[in-house]
Parts: sequence; C-alpha cells; structure tokens
Amino acid sequence: MPDMIQTESLRFAYPADEGQKPVYALRGVDLEIEKGSFVVILGHNGSGKSTLAKTFNAVLLPAGGKVYVEGMDTLDQDLLLAIRQRVGMVFQNPDNQIVANVVEEDVAFAPENLGVPAEEIRRRVDEALKAVGMDEFVTHAPHLLSGGQKQRIAIAGVIAMEPACVVLDEATAMLDPIGRREVLATVHRLNKEKGITVVLITHHMNEAEGADRVIVMNDGRVDLDGTPQEVFGQVTRLRHLGLTVPDTVDLLDRLRQKGWDVPLDALSVEDCAAAVAGALEKK
Amino acid sequence: MPILEIKNLIHTYGAGTPFRRSAVENVSFAVEPGEFLGVIGHTGSGKSTLIQHMNGLLKPTSGQILLEGKDIWAEPKNIRTVRFQVGLVFQYPEYQLFEETVYKDISFGPRNQGKTGEELDHAVREAARLVGLRDEHLDKSPFELSGGQKRRVALAGVLAMEPKVLVLDEPTAGLDPAGRENLMANIREYHRHKRATIILVSHSMDEIAQNVDRILVLKSAHILMSGTPAEVFARGPELLAAGLDVPQITRVAMALRDRGLPIDPAVYTVEALERQLLALKGGGRSC
Amino acid sequence: MLKDITLGQYFPGNTPAHKLDPRTKILLVVLYITALFTAKSFLAYGLMALVLAVCVRVSKVGLKALVKGLKPVLFIIVFTGILNLFFTPGEGVLWAWGPLHITTSGLRNAAFMVLRIMLLIMGTFLMTYTTSPISLTDGLERLLSGLKRFHVPVHELTMIMSIALRFIPTLIEETDKIMSAQKARGADFESGNLMEKAKALVPILVPLFISAFRRADELATAMECRCYHGGEGRTKLHVLKYERRDYTALTLGVLILAGVIAMRAVGL
Repeated sequence: MPDMIQTESLRFAYPADEGQKPVYALRGVDLEIEKGSFVVILGHNGSGKSTLAKTFNAVLLPAGGKVYVEGMDTLDQDLLLAIRQRVGMVFQNPDNQIVANVVEEDVAFAPENLGVPAEEIRRRVDEALKAVGMDEFVTHAPHLLSGGQKQRIAIAGVIAMEPACVVLDEATAMLDPIGRREVLATVHRLNKEKGITVVLITHHMNEAEGADRVIVMNDGRVDLDGTPQEVFGQVTRLRHLGLTVPDTVDLLDRLRQKGWDVPLDALSVEDCAAAVAGALEKK
Repeated sequence: MPILEIKNLIHTYGAGTPFRRSAVENVSFAVEPGEFLGVIGHTGSGKSTLIQHMNGLLKPTSGQILLEGKDIWAEPKNIRTVRFQVGLVFQYPEYQLFEETVYKDISFGPRNQGKTGEELDHAVREAARLVGLRDEHLDKSPFELSGGQKRRVALAGVLAMEPKVLVLDEPTAGLDPAGRENLMANIREYHRHKRATIILVSHSMDEIAQNVDRILVLKSAHILMSGTPAEVFARGPELLAAGLDVPQITRVAMALRDRGLPIDPAVYTVEALERQLLALKGGGRSC
Repeated sequence: MLKDITLGQYFPGNTPAHKLDPRTKILLVVLYITALFTAKSFLAYGLMALVLAVCVRVSKVGLKALVKGLKPVLFIIVFTGILNLFFTPGEGVLWAWGPLHITTSGLRNAAFMVLRIMLLIMGTFLMTYTTSPISLTDGLERLLSGLKRFHVPVHELTMIMSIALRFIPTLIEETDKIMSAQKARGADFESGNLMEKAKALVPILVPLFISAFRRADELATAMECRCYHGGEGRTKLHVLKYERRDYTALTLGVLILAGVIAMRAVGL
C-alpha cells in the first residue's frame, strides 16, 4: 500500500523579482506520511512548513523532486481533482474559506463540485456536520458563528469530500484557546474514529500533545523528526530553532540539570506532575 | 491619583430592540500611573467593548471614564485629544496600514496630533527604534515586510503619538514564538522607557503571567476577580471552572497539590516551581 | 452603524410563501411588475395592493419590515411624486404659481407613480425576505440557464452573486474595524470640507481593498482545494422541483395579470 503522502527531494521556490535569484522555501524534503497517522509539523515563520503543506494537494507544485499522494504524482494535471479529493485542506483564516451563507450549503460545496447526486450530498453533509459536532447549526449563517465553530464548518466542508487525509495549515493560529481546543478535539476524533490521516501545521508546541509524530522544519529542510517525546527531548535544539518548549518540558529540563532523575518526555500536565512526584518519592 | 478610572461603566448594545445585550455591566476599576495591567476573559466577556471605552471610541450607556481625574466625555468635541493620550492597538493591527512607506504610515498618528517638522521626525524615528525597525525599513512599502514586521510598524504607528496609556488587544495573536517574544519586548521597552501605563488584553496566560503587575478577570460583562498574578492564579480551579485557562505551570502545581505535595498555590512560573521543588527535595534529604 | 443596513435580508420561515420554488417567486415578481405597469386605474391599483396584502399575510413577514424597506428609497418616492404633481400638463388646473401648477391629471399621475414604486419595492422585498439568497441565486441560475446557449456565463455570474452576498457582512464588519483603528490614531472623518472628507477616506479604503484582494485570493485557493472547477458537472444539494403549489401560484399570477390587462382594455 502506498504512503498517504510521499515527497522525494522536494524543492520549491516562490517567484522572485526580476534579476533576483529565486529563494528556495523548500530545499530537499524527503518524507513519508503513513496512512492513518497524526502528524504535527512545527517550525517558525519562514521555515517552509506552510509551503510544504501546500504541496500536499497540488496547490503548489514542486520545482524539483516529487510529491506523491497515494502514489499519484501531483505534477500530473489529469490527476488534479483526484488528488484534491483525497487530501483536504483547512486554512488559517476561517472567514476566507467559507463560500456560502448557509452552513449546509457551504458543507455541500465540495460534493457538488464532484458531481455527487443530491441524496448522497444530503447524507454526506449531515454526517460531516455530526462528525465535527456542528449538526445543530445546519441552517445557520456562518458569519455569526465563533472562530472555532467556523473552522469546524470548514473541516466539515473538507470531510464531505470523503478524503483520506486532512491538512490543517495553521488552522488554529487565529483562534482563542476555546476555539483551538474545539478544533484539536475534532481532528483527533476524526483521526481515531474515521482513520483519517491528519497533518497539523502549527507553531503552538502544545498542540503536538497526542500526536504520533512531530516534524520540525527549519530553513526549508526537516530538522527533527520523531515521536513527540523524542523531539521535545531536544530542548536545546528546539530553542536554537526559535521555538519555545512547553513549560512542562522546561521544568523537567531544569530539574534534570539539577541532577533529578526525571524523563524529558512527560509533555502533558498529568505526566509531568506524575514524573516530578515520582522523583520526589525516590529522593 | 489613578491615571485612568472606570466608574460604574455600563454598555448596552441594541438598546430598545429585542436584541438588547449588555456587553459591560457596572464595571469599576482604577489604573495607577506606570502600572502594567493584564485583562483576561474569553471571547464575548466584554473585553473588547471595555477597552474601546478607554479612548472614547465607544460612549458609555452610563457611567464615567476619568483620564487623570477628568471625565473624557466632559467636552465631546475634544474626544480626539483623549485618543492621543490613550493609545489603542487593535487585534491584527497590520490590517490598518495604508501608506506608501513605513515612515509615512507611522507618522499618520502624530500628524493628526498636529506635530510637524523636527518634532514629527523625532516621534516617528523614536517609535521605529522602540519596535526595532531599522532606518532602511522606513522607506520601504509596509506591504513588502514580513507579517511580524508589519505588526511592529502598526504598533509604532500608535507609539509615535507617545500615549501615556497604551492599550493592546491581543497584540501577539497569530505570531510565532520568536515574533511574540520580540513584540512583548518592544512593549516592555516602551513601558520602561516612557514610564507609560500598559493595559494588555491577552488569551495567553503565559504572556500575562510573564509581564503584568495586576490582572483583571472579566466574565460575562462583569469583573470576576482582580489581583496580582500570584493572587489570581492561586484561584486556578475557579478560573478553570469559569472556562478560562491558567498557565501550564499552575496546572502542574495544582496536579502536584492533588497528589498531596505542599506546593504553594500561588506558583505560576517555571522558576518559582523549580525553586519550590528543589526546596522540597532538599528538605526531604535533610530529614 | 454600518451593521444596520438591511440589504437583501432574509427572514427564515416555513410558510407557503417560503416554500415556493425560488423560480416561481422570481417569475411572480416579474408578472407583478408587468401588471403594475399595465394598471391605469385606481381600481386596478387597488387590486394590486390587495394582492400584495394577501401575499404579505401568507408570508407572515409583517408589514412593518416591508415598510422599513421603503425608507432608503423614500427620497425617490417623494421626488417622483412632487415631479408628477407639479409638472404634469393637462386640463383642470387646480392651483398654479409661476411654472408650477397642479392639475387633476397631475394629481392622478403622482398618486399612481407613488403607488407603483411603493408596491414594486414592497413586492420585490417580499421575495427577498422569504427566499434565502442562496436559493434565489439558484433559481436565477436555473431560470437563465437557457442563455448558456448564447455563451452567457450564467453559472459564473450567479456564483459571483452568491459570493458577494456571502461577503457583505464580513466586509461591513471589516470596515467598522478599520474605521475604529484609524480613529484611534486620531483620524477625523467628520470635520473639514468635501475635499478633506474625501481625503480622510483613503486610510479606510486602501486597507479595505488590500484586505478584499487577500480574501479573494485565499477564497479562490480554498475553493480550488474543494475541487471547484466551474459549473460543468456540478450537482446541487437542493434540487429545484416545481410542485403543485408552484403551478397554482403561477396560474393565479397569470390570471391576475390577464385581469389587469382586461381592465385596461375596457377602460376600468
């Protein structure tokens, strides 16, 4: 079975001003994203993480190397619709991705484009809204909803295509903490219950909690790649890359430097407290 | 005398219609000169409505706003002068940039203030320096800059009016960690340098915890509590029950207390918790 | 303040007026307007007013909301009325002062014009009040689909219309925000002469345009990501289907128009 997404020495440059050399935003990325996994891609602004995400469903095309979606080459124009149907994208600004002024009409937009019959659209819309917990809002006007609710509508609009993978391109950046929690809980549920592959692009470290894999981008390349525990263990490296480590990890790191026997990988509040309490008992 | 005082402020939207809704209900508090005040509360708690009263963008339904003891609405014609003394930086302020160059955009506020010539030039350059913009940036179009730089140009546009009180609504929203830290450093610099009063609205408890002297917690149009960060975060369970966040370290401390460890509930920074834990361990060893 | 604008507002409901196919409602409005321009007697106008009153009753929209819709065009109504009142030539001068004179036919004309505009606007508003913008554009697309043969981009035009409707509230909110932000920097939109006032708009319009372009760009990408590729092969969530009530309503509409034409023919 092919990987959900595979990149091979992927390079990408944004068009430069005349007479200037193009600046490469991606300079050789080799990645395989496994089906059904929950992957978080971290990096500071300009690290290339958002550019990378946009190559996953042919919004941007490689300038060198390849991107394959379930084995389909994104450079093949004939496969464009098939690729976009497999990999859905949710963007940063909730207001700029909602097309219609009634929730159900917006969620129906993608299946309508795909020529799905009316009864099947109805079924998909209802199911997608239920999956994101917005089934009470079928006939509401999206502009009156909160940021978190709007993003959940956007996610529903993507799942209505029945994709195998959802990419969230900094989709939590503009939300308040409640909205962020809503969106994260929703995508974690989709990943667990429907087996949808999730690629979450963010600069909020805490959002990596519960992920299967964390990839840290820097300067157009993959810098760190591993489980959250492995990546967050690299406290010094992360700081060097302009990222702040979660306070839990910071605390454990400081205690370790004082000779405590605590693991660096207790990311969540509960794990961190357990580790600290454990170390205190041991003395 | 407080520099800014809010007295029994009430603001009602859509008065006289079925959509009547109180956004601020009988709120009173005072801000001392040079204070760094944090305001927290979730979306819809009335924060945005409250801060737009501080510079007279909104008029109270009832109640008063006193700036250095004087009611800002005493002479409604002069409300613009209040806006120069109480600078308000909105959320995502980079969307208000409009001039051809960074220099011209920063000078919009001070020009409205009536500054000209050397005084104007000084105000613009000083503000640009405070937010870390270099001279070569000043002649560029603001639209050529990166997101974080645009945000700092917008901040400089307000700083250039040299407000005594600076009110910021979610100034770091959407920035990456380095960008956030940079911007907060700019704000701290203005606070120190000009002895200005700062009012910071933020969803990030860590940002609040690291910067402010006092916190005001708003919930459904009312003040839920106020006090030093230690006092407010010590009431962590109450904040969580109100649907608000607390710093991650406060939650770790709460979890440790739940395990029966004698951790001070007022702990909210990594350093403080580390100190307490080291003391505990040290104490344990001596026993 | 900008939020008070009621443009193409829709009042959701479940009355027969809401349930009619949007195509039916558009056609009915066309029939109604034709009848309004055919009517030449007080009796005919009375009939038209009665028809509207019945429709309003059925739709449960409430006369108040409809009358509120007249407010923005009040000036035009009054202006047309006055123009017709004072400048209609004819017999039976009732009052004259210089070039101004009121004649019986002038009085009639003025009353008819005012009635015609008011009924026309209220009739159209009744349609937009009972039809969601999206089904209205849907109906329009289907009604005009015949024009595709003549290379009229019907799908594109109606898509543009529905996106415009979707973004009106967003842009109004944005304008409010930008205005507040510039006021906070001491911008003055009230004082000064016309030239200065126009200049004061620059700090609002430039950011608004830039933001509109950014939104358009992002929306286009988001639409492409959701497999949008024009109107070809597109299906719809809500398939429009004429029901019995649509045929009944259309027959009734045609009969009323025929009645008004007959009245005019016999000089009633």
